[in-house]
Amino acid sequence: MVRNPFAAIGAATIRVVDEFGKIGIFAAQTVRHIFTPPVRTRLFVKEIYKLGVLSLTIVVVSGFAVGMVLSMQGYNTLVDFGATGSLGAMVGLSLIRELGPVLTGLLVTGRAGSATTAEIGTMVATEQLDGLRMMSVNPVDLVVVPRAVAMTLVMPLLSALFIVSGIFGGYLIGVEVMGVDGGSYMSSLTESVSFRGDVICSIVKGIIFGMLTGLISTYRGCTAKPTSAGVSAATTSTVVIGSVSILIFDFFITALWGS
Amino acid sequence: MTDTESQVRAGGDEPHVRLDNVRMVFGERVVISDLSCSFPKDKITVILGGSGSGKSTLLRLIAGLIQPESGAISIDGTDITTLSLREMAPVRRKLGMMFQHGALLDSMMVYDNLAFPLREHTAMFESEIAAEVRECLSAVGLSEVDELLPGELSGGMMKRVALARAIIMRPVILLCDEPFSGLDPITTKRIEILLKKINKELGITVIMISHDVASTVRMADHLLVMLPDGHVEGAPTELRNSGDPRVRNLLSEDVDASVIELEAAVEARAVVRTMDLDSTWYVTPSRQ
Repeated sequence: MVRNPFAAIGAATIRVVDEFGKIGIFAAQTVRHIFTPPVRTRLFVKEIYKLGVLSLTIVVVSGFAVGMVLSMQGYNTLVDFGATGSLGAMVGLSLIRELGPVLTGLLVTGRAGSATTAEIGTMVATEQLDGLRMMSVNPVDLVVVPRAVAMTLVMPLLSALFIVSGIFGGYLIGVEVMGVDGGSYMSSLTESVSFRGDVICSIVKGIIFGMLTGLISTYRGCTAKPTSAGVSAATTSTVVIGSVSILIFDFFITALWGS
Repeated sequence: MTDTESQVRAGGDEPHVRLDNVRMVFGERVVISDLSCSFPKDKITVILGGSGSGKSTLLRLIAGLIQPESGAISIDGTDITTLSLREMAPVRRKLGMMFQHGALLDSMMVYDNLAFPLREHTAMFESEIAAEVRECLSAVGLSEVDELLPGELSGGMMKRVALARAIIMRPVILLCDEPFSGLDPITTKRIEILLKKINKELGITVIMISHDVASTVRMADHLLVMLPDGHVEGAPTELRNSGDPRVRNLLSEDVDASVIELEAAVEARAVVRTMDLDSTWYVTPSRQ
């Protein structure tokens, strides 16, 4: 049967608006439960460990590798203009303004976000969330809030670690391999970085990306179909939607902060 | 007076849970259509029915985990379909649920799974909680599993831990979703004895879904048989002599005889089915 294209567009629009509405309600419930007792400190610390500490290696190694590549590419470009003394500024600004928060967001979404969705989705499939409801415990309070808050807090910290690793990787290649002066690498970096315009913006990006990843991963987990295929689809959609959202929000934050 | 009311009153049983004209729809599929029935107090009611007849949905409706499209569900006279999540909390305290696959929190040890509702909803000291947990575990015949994770338990142990968790808050109604599924006969018998003990000694109303006819016949004080075109309820002895062959088949312990009877019924309809196929097959476009 040939479907009316207008009907198809209308149905798709309704689905998207409906989904946004549900995410909005879910986010409002999550925020309400953050400020409602009990405070689940032990669970929160456990999630900080799972989402943050267990992501340390991947973030540090990736940051180091990106910093080395940036330094190598930057040196090859700057050397033509005799501006290799600005290598530190180039590596540092690229990492602090964009690559640090964005790549950390993408890495953490891929590692911790997908794991969160899979974990909650499995709880849905094995009726654990219904079991909590039967004990008059709101799953948002016990399952969603510790994960979402932990994700929001660890993201800027991991992003900072990514940036520091990147700057060190860039220093290693630029100074130790390419022969750039170490003093000019560091001084160009400190002189060009603005605390309000660069560092604070980077932290804000980290926090917002953390909120996005936390919200999307927990929402997709809670709404996963209770089958193995459903959990798998929810996990994939967390990575896809989370990554795209981070890139889109990055554009808007950069545009608004700059203006 | 409805049939249900007359049956319940004739038995002298006070309804503990009552459904009036309940209809439940998932998408376009009607799972429960206009169901009115009662579950007597302090009795064991077993819900029987074929796959997809809405048994689990009915249990989840009574638990308040899902909302019906229309109709009323009363627990001790309170219509739970009109309650908010907060208003539902005191009603939930009356309910305990044993899920088909346990629904134990897999990140917690058995001890913590049982202690969890007590820690959440009571001001008990940890020593009192520990005593309560040990008492419940020994009541279900499991004394040395408290430090194991749910993933380390066998199917029968998992069910018994789930049963212990369901009764630890001293509910007045215990809902059991297929407590015997996937269990060997000895474990089935053990859980059957436990459920009867819980019903008799603690005075808990038990509402359970089961496919195990032998256990059902031994345990049930009241039966609810879900059929595609409605439902039948009454005492097991009454329903075993029902005029409806579908009800008799469901309650028959002689599975071979049931299958023979069903096959005979299928053969009787075979001619009609063939005619249906002959007259409609060409309407469906070929996929080749």
